[in-house]
Amino acid sequence: MKILIVAETKESALRKTSFELLSQASELGSSDITALLIGKGVASLAPQLGHYGASQVLVAEHDLLEHYTTEGYTYAVKQAIDSLQPDLVLFAASANGKDLAPRLSARLDAGLVSDALELKHDGSKFVAVRPLFAGKAYANVSIASSPALVSMRPNVVSVKPADASRSAEVSNLDVSGLSADMIRAKVTSVEQSGAGKLDVAEADIVVSGGRGLKGPENFNLIENLAEVLGAATGASRAVVDAGWRPHGEQVGQTGKTVSPTLYVACAISGAMQHMAGMSSSKYIVAINTDAEAPIFKVATYGLVADAFEVLPELTEKLKAAKG
Amino acid sequence: MDIIVCLKQVPDTTTVIQIDPSGKEIVRDGITNIVSPYDEYAIEEALNLRDANGDGAVTVLTVGPASAKDALRSGLAMGADSAIHVITDESPLGLDSLATAKLITKALEGKSFDILFMGRQAIDDDAMQMGSLVAELLDIPQITTVIKLEVNGKAVKAHRTIEGGIQVVEAQLPILMTAQKGLNTPRYPSMKGILKAKKKPVEEIQASSMGIDLSPKVIIESMTMPPARPAGRIVGSVDELVKALTEEIKVV
Repeated sequence: MKILIVAETKESALRKTSFELLSQASELGSSDITALLIGKGVASLAPQLGHYGASQVLVAEHDLLEHYTTEGYTYAVKQAIDSLQPDLVLFAASANGKDLAPRLSARLDAGLVSDALELKHDGSKFVAVRPLFAGKAYANVSIASSPALVSMRPNVVSVKPADASRSAEVSNLDVSGLSADMIRAKVTSVEQSGAGKLDVAEADIVVSGGRGLKGPENFNLIENLAEVLGAATGASRAVVDAGWRPHGEQVGQTGKTVSPTLYVACAISGAMQHMAGMSSSKYIVAINTDAEAPIFKVATYGLVADAFEVLPELTEKLKAAKG
Repeated sequence: MDIIVCLKQVPDTTTVIQIDPSGKEIVRDGITNIVSPYDEYAIEEALNLRDANGDGAVTVLTVGPASAKDALRSGLAMGADSAIHVITDESPLGLDSLATAKLITKALEGKSFDILFMGRQAIDDDAMQMGSLVAELLDIPQITTVIKLEVNGKAVKAHRTIEGGIQVVEAQLPILMTAQKGLNTPRYPSMKGILKAKKKPVEEIQASSMGIDLSPKVIIESMTMPPARPAGRIVGSVDELVKALTEEIKVV
């Protein structure tokens, strides 16, 4: 089984999703795993992909590939698929992965499963589990094309430890055919909001606040706890619609669906559309004054208390516990 | 400026999802359908662009069963000028994204547009594929998850959301874009708009007559409800919670 994974980088480092895809590829039992590394000046990252399980690394270096663009990256991935003829191509279901993978699905006339939670090979075809209705139901799907294309939701595959003794064969992918006129939608700048701020969709821990916090000025309680935990901050729809928090933080059916290791819901009652977006988290902590709030039905640990009273104490005690 | 907006009829976000006996669809009886919320941002933006330009038309297009006509009527009531309904026999989850994209592309043959707009994803299958699929099939550029947009003549400048930030993307018309929450605040249809919508033209095309192979490449074999979460417990104090996080599940 020949697998191609499309690695992702951010600020000259590999994203964790790249290692997740390599772990997923080895879980499928393949020993023929190629990682595609796209960018400008990224070749130095190739050995690390080997440590995490790639048997081969293809490096697509080009000035025009410095930033992600749909058309530039589609060209590079298509070149890699043409040269390797893989059975499976794995993408991260990240903002850029979700933009890119369907473009290739149409170019190759190949089936794409997006945002998969699980992926297996049943002996004749690839089968995956993916959420529908923001996770209110799951679909077991099979892919009737070769290659099969799958984007994996971030955080659902646990990363196998790196082994520095493993090395990948590194070679360059020919992307010399790429020219500026092929990239019709050009990225002119990338603006990060808040240096090093984690996104809810990819964070390992998420601390979210709801309407019970009474106003935007009280979200410092959420931010302080998030900082101690190294977590991303999230919000309910009510809070985003009220303009207290940015849209990018909304968790739920009309926001982001998240699967962190730990989700801390503070002063969120648990509307169905919010619960759909977070109930696949591994552990859930709920803090709410209303003991009957639906959020407690999905909570691993529930604390019936006023967030205003307990959040400062929780933040201090976790800070102390972390040393 | 001519704009075509693709929209999809989906169950309301408050719907309790139940799987039907076939195991491959949900129970559709008795549920309330809406226009997928992200598509409403696309419609709103299209109407604003049309009105700011002073000429051109907005057409709404959907692929779906006969009942999806209601979603087109909603778009027309908001202010779109005409509609195209590609009528399918398949259940809404029975067509995969690629087959649907081919139907949309075929339905657009011979139609001119400056912008093709749609929501970033439909909130039923959440596949988030349609924008990129259709843009590729039509061989036009795309900008997905647009949260801010400026169109000057043929020049497009858009902000698209990425993890923890935005990308600024520039391109020329014609283009496909998908709308992200935050782009605008969709209007509610006025009573006058609802009455006018009934008289606006709706072109109907039978999907089965379009010569497209509709067999899915991604096949739903079965559906299941999400696994039940292991039972949790109520903790009595912050100290107990800290102990649970640090000693039981050891995530801190």
